[in-house]
Amino acid sequence: MRSLEGLEQLPFEPGASLPETAEVWWRTPVDARRLAWMELLSRGYTTAYVAPFFALGALLLVLEPLLFPVSLLCLVHAWVIPELFANRGARVLAPDVAADDRAGRGLLADLLDRHPAAVEARTGAVVEQGRLGVWVIAEKGALLVRPGGRRVHAFCVGVKDPELRRPDRVAHLLLALRQDEVGFATVANHAFAGARWRIRRRVAAARRPALDAAVLQSRNV
Amino acid sequence: MARLVRLDRSGNTELAAWSDGDQASYEQAAAIFRAQLEGGYMGVARLPDDTYEQVRELPAGVELVMLRRPIAGG
Repeated sequence: MRSLEGLEQLPFEPGASLPETAEVWWRTPVDARRLAWMELLSRGYTTAYVAPFFALGALLLVLEPLLFPVSLLCLVHAWVIPELFANRGARVLAPDVAADDRAGRGLLADLLDRHPAAVEARTGAVVEQGRLGVWVIAEKGALLVRPGGRRVHAFCVGVKDPELRRPDRVAHLLLALRQDEVGFATVANHAFAGARWRIRRRVAAARRPALDAAVLQSRNV
Repeated sequence: MARLVRLDRSGNTELAAWSDGDQASYEQAAAIFRAQLEGGYMGVARLPDDTYEQVRELPAGVELVMLRRPIAGG
């Protein structure tokens, strides 16, 4: 039998990856460098989708000014495509109406300091400072506001138990994030990278104050 | 008093508690901890510096050890 003194020497594996990363072994760890690459890639494919519609709209106007309505439709297309991307990202913060929110916040309340607890009570989402930026965690995923507050990443991630109450699902995600931030971002499915203003308009109104608090915090780092 | 807490469908359930020097209560908590790991839970210890670490055995020198379910991309 091991003594208590001996057990206090148990290694905590500091810096160990989140065990769930083994399930997605093929993914590149999502660190700051990888996030910058994702932002660049996102800009690239958004431009590739949008630019042809701008070009076509301009060309139609030059060829025949009476084609103005068609040209306008091209511009609408060019606007809608990035909006659809942002909408996909914003859905990670959509409140789960089926989630049970009764019986208090349980352990989540113990995990939060006063200010994050107040934001959580108001919005249902937790604002958490990390090394990669400031996170906004809800029951179906998380947003990461990069330092400076201009760029936001959306991650779709959840707990493998749909019957858990909403605060407990958030607490699970928060614990995993605190254990290993890079592992958390690696396990999650990346849903969006782009401008904060674009995704903010698509985030559920009840959750917007949490995003605003994260943006403010990211500017103060 | 250190606590072993499980995040489950009833919120959070305190499964065991032990105190420094109480070998029997610690051993009982450690057995419960191992059984929970076998049931698919993961152990997370809150360290004195307020950081969180994965644990595969119940550490005696911490105040709070939590059991959580695995997460996955949605």
